[in-house]
Parts: sequence; structure tokens; C-alpha cells
Amino acid sequence: MALTTHRGMATWGERLVPLGDFRAAAARAGRALPGPERAAAAAGYSAPFADPTPVEGPFARIAVCGGVYSNHYALAALLADAARRGAEAVYCLGDLGGFGPSPEKVWPLLEQGGVRAIQGNYEESLAAGREDCNCGYTDPRDNHFAELSYRYAERHCTPAFKAWMGTLPKRRRVRVGGSELLLVHGSPRRVNEFLFASTAPVPFLELLAAQNRCDAILCTHTGLHWHRRLPSGRDVVNVGAIGRPANDGRTEVWYAVIAARAGKPALDVKLVPLPYDHAGLAAEMRAERLPEEFVETVLSGWWTTCLEILPARERAASRF
Amino acid sequence: MSALATDRPVPQVELRALDTLWFQVGGTVCNLACTHCFISCSPTNHTHEFMTLAQVEGYLAEAAALGVREYYFTGGEPFLNPEMEAILASTLRVGPASVLTNGLLLDPRRCARLAALAAATPYSLDLRVSLDGYDAASNDSIRGAGTFARILEGVRNLHAAGLNPVITVTEVCRDAATAEGKARFFALLRDLGIEKPRLKVLPVFQIGAEAERGGAYASWQRLSDGDAPDGSWDHLQCSGCRMATDQGVWVCPILVNEPSGKMGETLADTLGPFPLAHSACWTCHVYGVSCRT
Repeated sequence: MALTTHRGMATWGERLVPLGDFRAAAARAGRALPGPERAAAAAGYSAPFADPTPVEGPFARIAVCGGVYSNHYALAALLADAARRGAEAVYCLGDLGGFGPSPEKVWPLLEQGGVRAIQGNYEESLAAGREDCNCGYTDPRDNHFAELSYRYAERHCTPAFKAWMGTLPKRRRVRVGGSELLLVHGSPRRVNEFLFASTAPVPFLELLAAQNRCDAILCTHTGLHWHRRLPSGRDVVNVGAIGRPANDGRTEVWYAVIAARAGKPALDVKLVPLPYDHAGLAAEMRAERLPEEFVETVLSGWWTTCLEILPARERAASRF
Repeated sequence: MSALATDRPVPQVELRALDTLWFQVGGTVCNLACTHCFISCSPTNHTHEFMTLAQVEGYLAEAAALGVREYYFTGGEPFLNPEMEAILASTLRVGPASVLTNGLLLDPRRCARLAALAAATPYSLDLRVSLDGYDAASNDSIRGAGTFARILEGVRNLHAAGLNPVITVTEVCRDAATAEGKARFFALLRDLGIEKPRLKVLPVFQIGAEAERGGAYASWQRLSDGDAPDGSWDHLQCSGCRMATDQGVWVCPILVNEPSGKMGETLADTLGPFPLAHSACWTCHVYGVSCRT
């Protein structure tokens, strides 16, 4: 008898059994914890953990960027813009290289600007001599372009620059006014976890912030900026990327300015569009023979790669 | 089974984090009876029944407290469940949702209602439509006579409503995983007017109906401790998911026809490790399977 003919029967693996037999076995299987043990299991799962990361600051106002992707034009523009806005410190959430040209050019800018950086997956991979960028893509075309840009960055970074990347911390904690901010690359859990607005639900973010005992989480890695204020009053900010535009048909790139304010909410979060010499960047990318697909993104504001990783909502808003 | 297979200790996978909660929302009831279905769904398979809105909402409340990131719905055919759209509306209030469907019940009115649900939430609503060939001959031999045209009709209706589904193909369709095969599917979708075609290719699990069609597992196709890269099973989807059905919570979407795959009644019962004893676990490891999009 074919497995798809079931009247009164159930499939148990590759066998057909009377429906009642399957139901009875399923009812006996697994565990049904008593109420208090259930509550304890859930509480243990959700419990906060200790983080020995020292707390920097306090500051009244900071600028936070991510995803530099070798865009030294935008990094220079950011340092000027952040100073003009009165930022007391500039933080960078990693991914210094990839996509853009001449990766080593961002190093002196970071040092001159006193930028406090953490490692992204790029820095982790380059410092450790890994074969790939560990971006976390799952599509062959996305991985093809990620590999091209990683190989280019790997060839054009000196050993000294790579070693410096390895000295950067994986996370930072920063006090802004009375609030403690946790700065990470992908998420507090994984360097290459993608936190897109449409797939980072409020209950998930509340738990992450509570487990990490912070008032705000700042991240990057996706290249798309967003801000969500949680019912608890905590903030989660994906600061976006200054390395390439935000797949919105605009040539500006984005970063965040976080300031202390009196009363509640205790933080003022501004996502800031940053114009820069994108034509200059495109010309240098062409001179370096980087893929024309990347150049097109710089000039049009629309992504041509890394598209398969986008969730449905972000992909629907995408040109390609 | 060889002595070697049974003598090896069974490795245990820890739950890294409960990121993905699946719902066997359509039970094992389907309006098709595909010859490769790893849980042998059919119009008469009531091994698992439809889940009710109340059952789903109970798990949603527990899941939100545990910080679940995303919700997936499968069956059977989810849209046979009369409460499916109400279930989606409830889900999209707490997080992103994906529905795995055979596409046969996607008429223009339903697609318009789904588009309205997608527009009313900050979270992603994703539809995944199964297709098993580039043409009627190859697809219909797996999914049933006349289904190729009806599936494409459903895809066209989704597209017309402004929803861009992911087409899911199994490797029963030869070459689907190759660049050439993908290009053929992309061309097929572009011919339907879909400018941003999306595709997911899945290997087959040699259980259920597929065991009859393509052959069952051999005894050596099992995992042992030494198979874990760097000693960790974090790459397996069961390190980050659970599956709720009308009869409790299973470890993953694959093992719902094995009572031994059931872990508990509530999610809190299922936060512990699970033994990777089944041959399907071997497929997940070797092929790097994730049922997620």
C-alpha cells in the first residue's frame, strides 16, 4: 500500500501504523515538565550574563558608523560631519575593507580622527588569515562577489594593518549620559548575524538587550540603517554603512549620532545621511578594476549584489 | 543495521538559541500527494491535524518571551487550514513569518488579502512556493498531473498582488542546484514578469514517500561525535529551531513523523539537547540543510 493512502492510518517513518498507535506514542514521547520547572527552564534560558567589557565615557554625544568598506572618501566626510555636529567621540563598528578601493587608505584617517573601532567579520578574517570574509551569505552569486572583494582587500592590506585589526576589541560598552550602550558588529551573539529591520522583532531585541544588560544596542553588518525604540525604552540602532549607499536610490551613505537628553527617552537617536565624493570613489574603483557592479551601486544608490540575503520586505523595496 | 552503526555513541546537539519556530499548521493534510514528500502528506494523511489559532497563539506567546526571531508555517498545505490567515495576522504582530505552500490555493482574492497583511506589519511576510521542474512533464511527474500550470498561476497571482515568492525546488529536479539549473528557473520566472526572481534549492530526505520513490537510507548514513566540525553542531538547524504541531513540540521540521522526534509539550520543555540518531540528521549535516529561506 502506498504511503500516501492513509485512511485510518498514520505514517511513522517509513511505516504505516494505525493512527491511534502513532498518537499514543507521540503522547508518551518528550517531556512535560511540572510548572515550576518549566518556569525555571525558561528563566535559565533568558538569564542575563556578565560582560567584563570596560565601560567608556561618559559622553554627551557620539557618532557611530559601520561598514566602511574601504570608502576613504566617506570616512573623511564623516569625520568632518561628526565634528560639526559636536560628537565627542567617533566609533566604528567594523568591516573596514571590502567593496571599495585601496583599503589601507582608511587607516591613517581612523588614527588621525581618533576613531574607536571594533572588529567586524572582515577584520577577524584578515587578522586571522582566513580564506574568506565570513560574511554569512548563502547564495553563490553573493558569495562570488564577496570573495572578489575579500581577495582584493587581502592583497592590498599590509601585514601591519592586518595585525592592527587583530588588536581591536570585539565589542565596546559606552556611556552616553545615563545610558549604557553596547556596540557590536553583527549582533551581541555573532559577528556575522544579520539584524535587518523586518526580521529583528521587538521581543527578540528586548531579550538581547536584557541578556546583555544594556540600554541600547548599536550594530551594523547588514548595510541598511534602522532604529527601533522598544517598549522597555531601550533602543536598538543599526547604524548602516558609510561604505556604500543604502539600496534606496540615493548616493548618500548613513551613520548615527547618539546624544544624551534629559527625561525620557534618555537618548536622542539620529540616523544621518552623509553626502561625499561618490564620483571620486567610482573613478578610483574603476582605476583599480573593481567589478563594474560595485561602481554602479556607488553611482545609482541601488545594490547589485548581496541581494539574496535580503528579507522579503527589504527585497521588495530594492531596485534589483 | 551493522554493528558499527549501533556501537557508535549518538551525538547530542545543544540548543544554541531558539531563533526559529516552525508550525506544522497544515498538519500532514495536503491537496497533493507528491512522490518525494518526506512526510508522505496527502488528502487522507491525518497523522498530524490542522493547528488551531488558539494553539498557535499559545506557542507565539511563549516564543516571544523566549526571544524567537522568526516563524515558519508548513504542512501539509497551510492554506487548507481555514484559520491560516488569522494565524498569520496574529504572528505578524510579534515577528516575521514565512509560509511554505504548494501554490494551488493562491487565487487573486487570497493574494490580495496576504498583500494587505504584509503591508500592515513592520515585519517580513514571505511566501515560498514549491515547484519541481522547469516544465509540466518534469514537475507533474512529482507533484501530480496539471500542477505545473496551477502552481505558475498561483505565482502569477502573488506577483500581481505585489508579493514576490521564493520558489523552492528540491534536488529531485536534476541540475536544480547547478548554476545552469538556477538560470533556467530564473528565466522561467522572468517570463512570468517577475523581475527579481528568488529561488531556494533543497536536497531530498530519504524518508516517507521519498524512501519509496528514491530509496531509503543505508545504515552507515548516521552521525557520530567525530563528524562535528570543531566539536560543534551549531551549523545544524536543530541548534536553533523547534517545530510545534497539534501534538506537541518536535525538534525540527523533518522528524515530525517520528514520535522520537518529539521533545515536549511546551517550548520550555524543549530547551535541552537532542540526540542526532536519525539518518535524516546525516542529510542535514552533509548537505548543510536549512529549511529556512
